[in-house]
Amino acid sequence: MSKGLTWRICLILAFLLISAIYLTPTLASKLPSWWDTTFLPKDKIHLGLDLQGGIHLVLEVETQKAVEGQLDIIATDLEDTLNSKSIRYKNVSRLGSDRISVVLYDKGSVEAAQKLMKDKYPRLKLEAPFDEGGYQNLQLRMAESEIQNVKDKSVQQALETIRNRIDQFGVSEPVIQREGIRNIVVQLPGIKDPKRAIELIGKTARLEFKLVDEDVNPATATAGSLPEGDELQMEKRTDPDTGVVSETPYVLKKKTLITGDLLTDAQMRIDSQYNQPYVAIEFNSVGARLFDQVTAANVGKRFAIVLDNNVYSAPVIRERISGGSAQITGSFTEKEASDLAIVLRAGALPAPVKIIQNLTVGPSLGQDSIHKGLIAGLVGVLLVVIFMAVYYKLSGMVANLGMVLNVVFLMGALSALGATLTLPGIAAIVLLIGMSVDANVLIFERIREELHLGKTPRAALDAGYDKAFLTIMDSHVTTLITAAVLFQFGTGPVKGFAVSLSLGVIINLFTSLVGTKVVFDYFLGRGRATKISI
Amino acid sequence: MEFIGKTKIDFIGKRKISFIISAVISVVGFIAIAQIVLGTANLGTDFTGGTVLQLKFAKQMEMQAARQALSRNGITADLQQVSGGNQLLIKVGKTNLALGKVAGAVEEVFRKEFPSNSFTVESSSEIGPSIGDKLRKDTLIAVLISMVGIILYIAWRFDFKFGVAAAIATFHDVLAIFAVFFLLNKEVNLLLITAVLTIAGYSLTDTVVVFDRIRENLHKNMKDSLPTIFNFSINEVLSRTIITALTTLLAALSLFLFGGDVIHDFAFALVVGILVGTYSSVFVASPLVVVWENRAKRRTA
Repeated sequence: MSKGLTWRICLILAFLLISAIYLTPTLASKLPSWWDTTFLPKDKIHLGLDLQGGIHLVLEVETQKAVEGQLDIIATDLEDTLNSKSIRYKNVSRLGSDRISVVLYDKGSVEAAQKLMKDKYPRLKLEAPFDEGGYQNLQLRMAESEIQNVKDKSVQQALETIRNRIDQFGVSEPVIQREGIRNIVVQLPGIKDPKRAIELIGKTARLEFKLVDEDVNPATATAGSLPEGDELQMEKRTDPDTGVVSETPYVLKKKTLITGDLLTDAQMRIDSQYNQPYVAIEFNSVGARLFDQVTAANVGKRFAIVLDNNVYSAPVIRERISGGSAQITGSFTEKEASDLAIVLRAGALPAPVKIIQNLTVGPSLGQDSIHKGLIAGLVGVLLVVIFMAVYYKLSGMVANLGMVLNVVFLMGALSALGATLTLPGIAAIVLLIGMSVDANVLIFERIREELHLGKTPRAALDAGYDKAFLTIMDSHVTTLITAAVLFQFGTGPVKGFAVSLSLGVIINLFTSLVGTKVVFDYFLGRGRATKISI
Repeated sequence: MEFIGKTKIDFIGKRKISFIISAVISVVGFIAIAQIVLGTANLGTDFTGGTVLQLKFAKQMEMQAARQALSRNGITADLQQVSGGNQLLIKVGKTNLALGKVAGAVEEVFRKEFPSNSFTVESSSEIGPSIGDKLRKDTLIAVLISMVGIILYIAWRFDFKFGVAAAIATFHDVLAIFAVFFLLNKEVNLLLITAVLTIAGYSLTDTVVVFDRIRENLHKNMKDSLPTIFNFSINEVLSRTIITALTTLLAALSLFLFGGDVIHDFAFALVVGILVGTYSSVFVASPLVVVWENRAKRRTA
């Protein structure tokens, strides 16, 4: 046996062994215990969502709102600072989506205010003051680059928050990625209750504590008739038995006293008396101090707990609460309470998110797809094998061997690379079964031609492989070009198709040019055969 | 075993007939693409945005009854029976409901209107219009890039005229698939585009096999006329053209027959593409080169 031949056989066997090792976790129902203690691969082939069920979400972060929120915070902060420096002002408010306007009573305080604003917010641009009906108007403008920065950070932060929530919710192998400028892709395989998961991910979870304005009757209040600094908010309650939603209006002081940012912990608990779930929250030191001050100053008044502009409850402050723990009660089920605790722990999203794509696949459909894909694959293999064996006799069987090697190597490669198998990916494999013998068909036809010319089997074989080589290369490269483009532009299932196709084409080049040649070389090389069965 | 022995078919001579057939196919294909661009074709929700639900009912569900129940509740939907036990595919286009609410609304209707017939959601997909737009754009870019890549490669490997002819033949195959889908009013979705691009790559394989042989014979044989050399080459490789198409066709057919509903149309597109691709490498790509070469010669003469 020639040296080259031994080397090639060893290469093929090595690939076969590696593929077998990588495929073992997928094929074995249970891995032996010693397997775990080694460095051997333990991961099964990843199945796409279309095969194992689950949800694929694309969320769009409303980044404009994050910018506005940022400006709102600055406006409130500025108001406090002006107050503390006793600079008199008419009002401070956000103007449009990129500036804050401060209206002062007299020219005398302009300089002091200007200096203060310049020192405190160096990243904002201070515009020249102008006279507005006798008042002095000062404006702080957020530059475009800063706006982009805030938007970018908000997406990054939303991604982290969502990752956090999903981790706490407990999903195996979730995919959470940023896509484009303001989109986030979330994939949750094998999830049982998609609605609940979507609720959990999509909730902004902006928690605010606001005082109830006891001087206004909420029943008769309308948005137009509210005193300045007040707002109207609703408490929505769903009757657990009838499903009827009832709304109770509240008139609240607009100013947010405490926010969810100041929480350190939130847990679902069950009230032992009424058997009603609630969420126990813990504040950090700043929050605890604020909570202590606010409750001390407002005993007897009601303190509304507002989540995403929905009043959860508005209990009366009976006494000063120190120590930094509080409860959120409301009409929720245990699941809802524990999900609320998760979102409060994970923190609020910096801006609301909008679901722009939601694909949900039930687990049984995925099973069905795998089953049908397997059947189609088996039938395809069988048809091709029979055809090749009949048409090219023993040589056809060699091509069939190459095809089987091709499939095994491809599965092994998919497993080793951690690629994801989707239904179109299975389709690509089935298609490859047909395409993988094509290279051998080209070679065999060439060998037949050479034999017709009267060459010896050995010479015809070499000429066949040599002359068909370029054709095979060309045809593989063209397929590879389209597969690469599909990979670049495709998403989800299509990407799976592209991965299977491109890997398959590359592997096919090896099995058809090296794999099958080895068999021929082995039998013809020793002069055992004087005829090719082709 | 051999299907066909030595053949002497005048492929190039039949170019008038084949060009007419291909012209008709291409015109229909162009109409189909125009419909897709205008948005009047049967586009899948991945391109238009909208909601698709696949529900599996416990008992038989009449399409008519389901349609009426939905329209009573203000939802207009396309319904489609799915093979395999009381399954219904419900397609809702753009509505004034917020995205993320449509699927819930449809489920609610069935729960309310048919309380005795319980169901499970096999799959649901909701796609916002912005995604659809982006996808349409990306797809167009993908098709263009792969076309350009193929032309460049073939032009590099062969010669510019061969490259263009191969690209035209490939584009012809793409048009043919769209034409067939248009005539059968089948849905144009992302999977179809995937199939089309796959066929674009595959059909070139056949063309390359033929071109390779033509090139080889052009080097060996200087005295015969172009049509003779082309005809001779095509006849020489005819059996491998047919066999390679056949093996791939066997695999695609088994996908078409046994692969299930999700990839049924996808596999159908592959089957059509393989057939047309084989036809075009013999009857479109090669005659085009002959016509072009002859014109060029006449001009220089």
